[in-house]
Amino acid sequence: MTEPLLDIRRLRVYYGTPGLPVRAVDDVSLVIGEREVVGLVGESGCGKSTLGRGILGLLPEGARADGEVNLNGRNLVGLPLSALRRLRGPELGLIFQEPMTRLNPLLRIADHFQETLEQHESGLTQAEARRRSLETLGRMGIPPTRFNQYPHEFSGGMRQRIMIALALVLRPKLLVADEPTTSLDVIVEGQILALLADLKDNFGTALLLITHNLGIVAEACDRMAVMYAGKIVEEGPVRDVFREPAHPYTRELLRSTISLQTTELHSIPGSPPNLIDPPPGCRFHPRCPNAMRVCAELAPIEQRLDERRRVLCWLHGPAQRVPSGGRLPLEPEAIGMADEA
Amino acid sequence: MRPEISAQGPESHPDGLPLVSVRDLRTYYSIRGTFIDRLAGREAGIVRAVDDVSLDIRRGEVLGLVGESGSGKTTLGRTLLGLVRPTSGSIEFDGREISRLPERQWRPLRRQMQVVFQDPHASLNPAMTIEQAVGHPLQIHGLVRDREQMRLRVIEVLEHCGLAPGADFLAKYPSDLSGGQKQRAVIARAIILNPVLLVADEPVSMLDMSVRAKILELMLALKRDLELTYLYITHDLATARFFCDRIAIMYLGKIVEVGPADAIYADPKHPYTQALLRAIPEPDPERAVPRDLPRGEVPDAALPPLGCPFHPRCSRAFEPCGWESRDLRELLESRWARAAGAAGVEEEQAVVGDLGVLDRPTPEVRLAAPHGRSPAEIVALLERIRSEDPEEPFWRGIDRITAADTRVELDFHMPRQPQLERVGEVDVACHLYDAPPAAT
Amino acid sequence: MAANASRPARSPHGRARLIALGQATKPIREATGTARTMLWVGVAITLFFVVLAAFAPYISPYGFNQYKANGVRFAQLAHPSAAHWMGTTVLSTDVMSRVIWGAQTELTVVAIALVMSVSIGVPLGLVSGYFGGPLDRFLVLIMDALFAFPYLLIAIVIAFLLSSSSIGQGVFTAAIAITVAYVPLYFRVVRNHVVSLREESYVDAARALGARPRTIIRKYVFFNVVQNVPPIATLNAADAILLLAALGFLGYGIQPTQGAEWGYDINRAVSDSASGIWWTAIFPGLAIVLLVTGLTLVGEGLNETLNPVLRRRRFGRIEFDQLDPEQPRD
Repeated sequence: MTEPLLDIRRLRVYYGTPGLPVRAVDDVSLVIGEREVVGLVGESGCGKSTLGRGILGLLPEGARADGEVNLNGRNLVGLPLSALRRLRGPELGLIFQEPMTRLNPLLRIADHFQETLEQHESGLTQAEARRRSLETLGRMGIPPTRFNQYPHEFSGGMRQRIMIALALVLRPKLLVADEPTTSLDVIVEGQILALLADLKDNFGTALLLITHNLGIVAEACDRMAVMYAGKIVEEGPVRDVFREPAHPYTRELLRSTISLQTTELHSIPGSPPNLIDPPPGCRFHPRCPNAMRVCAELAPIEQRLDERRRVLCWLHGPAQRVPSGGRLPLEPEAIGMADEA
Repeated sequence: MRPEISAQGPESHPDGLPLVSVRDLRTYYSIRGTFIDRLAGREAGIVRAVDDVSLDIRRGEVLGLVGESGSGKTTLGRTLLGLVRPTSGSIEFDGREISRLPERQWRPLRRQMQVVFQDPHASLNPAMTIEQAVGHPLQIHGLVRDREQMRLRVIEVLEHCGLAPGADFLAKYPSDLSGGQKQRAVIARAIILNPVLLVADEPVSMLDMSVRAKILELMLALKRDLELTYLYITHDLATARFFCDRIAIMYLGKIVEVGPADAIYADPKHPYTQALLRAIPEPDPERAVPRDLPRGEVPDAALPPLGCPFHPRCSRAFEPCGWESRDLRELLESRWARAAGAAGVEEEQAVVGDLGVLDRPTPEVRLAAPHGRSPAEIVALLERIRSEDPEEPFWRGIDRITAADTRVELDFHMPRQPQLERVGEVDVACHLYDAPPAAT
Repeated sequence: MAANASRPARSPHGRARLIALGQATKPIREATGTARTMLWVGVAITLFFVVLAAFAPYISPYGFNQYKANGVRFAQLAHPSAAHWMGTTVLSTDVMSRVIWGAQTELTVVAIALVMSVSIGVPLGLVSGYFGGPLDRFLVLIMDALFAFPYLLIAIVIAFLLSSSSIGQGVFTAAIAITVAYVPLYFRVVRNHVVSLREESYVDAARALGARPRTIIRKYVFFNVVQNVPPIATLNAADAILLLAALGFLGYGIQPTQGAEWGYDINRAVSDSASGIWWTAIFPGLAIVLLVTGLTLVGEGLNETLNPVLRRRRFGRIEFDQLDPEQPRD
């Protein structure tokens, strides 16, 4: 296997609080290869956004990271800010849920592009910079006649396209998209997703797509990772995971996704755990229909199901680590309705 | 012209009177313009948020109001609830005309119709406990004797909504609850008065997937237990399918398709409805991202397209759909966007000149050739564009193109506004379904 | 609350109030770093002056206008000494006594003025912001016009007008002058906040429930808006002290017979300084500086603590445990 583009090893990101820290990302490993489209899916509070920002080092005050985020062999964790700034942009791009966060309402679109290119590719002439900006914008469907307008003159969907173009004009190897379509209408969402899914062909860029919507992952991604309570509980090719989910959370999440094909409403009892003091053993065990005794006591050990899939669940072993009697089903505590989401 | 909606669905009231009856409703907002405009008292533009809408909500049914942003669905809901004054038209609730009611007379009416908003985190006053918040409606309408009675009633309704034991939640603040719990509290507050109609505006779109089903189930259970009628406003056709008996699709302030839910999902007639259905992300890895979605976005509601508002994005648009000058601008700009960076673009831009004149919507375009160029060049350019893609709906809209001395005259077919017509089980507003012209 | 709540507040209700108070003061208790220091230093200074003001009759050695004791007139313009710690003025009054009594004057007038400003400005802002329309436009026009003038100018004009009227000069004139200067400030802050809150979902929801506007304002808007007031009020108080002193300096403040006033004293002391007599000016001046600084520190400290944008929380140290090496990777 060729050298991966991004190799995250045992990353932890904790947020500081007046008390104990919030363990938002708690020992996550993930590999992204060139031109891959990887989906990171999970619900609110699972840590997926923190992971996305942690990769780029964009963490709020009081947060600390530990572990490795290897980009082309260099570990980004612990790099000084100046070095990170040089990498952000040309190597790693990031787009957010709300497009206006990146766009300065006082600058024209042309100025945004000029600023970005000046900062990272100062060797370009004015004309080349302009040509490249217009071309990237054009591929996103923004006509050249609007190059000199201000962000507020564009609609939400177009602003998102501009954001993507701004990230892509530097031809990064990897783009991290954090819920890029959540605030958009469904038809525009489809258009943007088509753009993102084509990035690998049109720009040679790999994409880490962070979302809570399994439909998006199914349609646009090659591989997927499912996050719960700060950990990746399952990872593998999209087809395989959907056809035969290995982790009970994945299975339950699939069943509760409402689509046009849904015939029956399904939900997961209980609510995601508090990340300051997560449950002992497997973090999903209070809500898991397949919970066994061992799940409440010992944290599960990651298992490789085949060369492309892995899962973090006692149902898949390793059998010899399970203490005797551990495989007996767990008595489901009456999940107090007070904990019900 | 009344759309007599087919009576598929739950048993209606014995005398068949719909609970809510809306006719020709319009809610227009004026936009404040520049400072000078304001000083002079002029308005800069009008947003036709709800533009000539007629529909019925039958007792006991769930009517889905589906649309994207700018469709007017939220404004329609708020107008029904009396939170926004309609500009014209009529709203009848239980046989009584309420569109012109003064605020004072709305109060007793509010006991009968309640609302659940989209954002559970913003719908509860951060400074009030759950007991105070959920119990407040009882106080407002003077329905309880004392605090003890209010407490009991609040506990009862909280538990009915799945927050049990209710007593545990009384002293909590909204910040202590999760999103799903907050939404349950909001629903509890809405039903504590035993309303007849519940308007739910995107009640689950801000909740996680694993929680949505719970809230939808709760709403269904309440419908059964309390015999509620729902107006379910959403952009998500997937949840609407589950929940609604009838569905109305809105686009830019107008209803474009309305009918029984099964009929709409089985055989959507309006191209916009078809697009909405195609666009829903499906958790099926065999399906790729749909590539045949309409281009562009919902246009500015202050300056809607002429004719059918969906025509600029519709792949099946043809002559009467409302072609106008801005469509020409869009054609040229998207062409230049696709080819951006290539050599010919600047040349073409020079041939055509300034496109600003195309912003005033009209089916009769007069485009002056820029200095030093001739109109014939523009016509030649257009012909070339057409030959590259003759299937583009834009060309069906053109009646004739002529090159005069100094300018190009481009005339489109006259725009016609589509009206809701019965087609099979549904009503659709689309020229594709116009009855063929009577033989003259 | 509803008129039909005939029972006295039961304990759960009282407990809820305590919890609310606890929640409201949580940011203050959790304050850290500079904000915390500022707050507590400011409070200490302010409290010091409050004590001076409250217990003036007991603390002060002499009356504020007292120029003799036991029939013997005090020395004129005497240096600070054991008998007179801060010296005497040209009228033989004791400087220290006048400083202490001055504290009472300052704080009393400013307190009255602030209470009046808040009682007028906040309700006007609430009503104007919530209802909008012509009333709002009219009030905003007036308030903005007033706000455009320097506080001192307005205060002087009002004091001048009032002193030639039946109210005459004195404590109330000064208080009213200061009130008029500051009402627009509270009005603006409250009104703008209300206008943004008006669009919040929960206010909309309250309308949909059928609540009357005054109920909505009282229960849904007021509490969320009033949090802004304390930091502004304390900073305002600091400014008001200066304003009162300035009025006194210019002769529009209170009458010398009614009480001691620092600004007035400084005015009297101007001529003294030419002769090298420093104690008649320095001590009142220092008092002004200290009190204003104290109040400002409290105000800024409150702002940094309560304002969620500026608030710096205390973060615990994050220690990463040793990771379990048992997680094999390929």
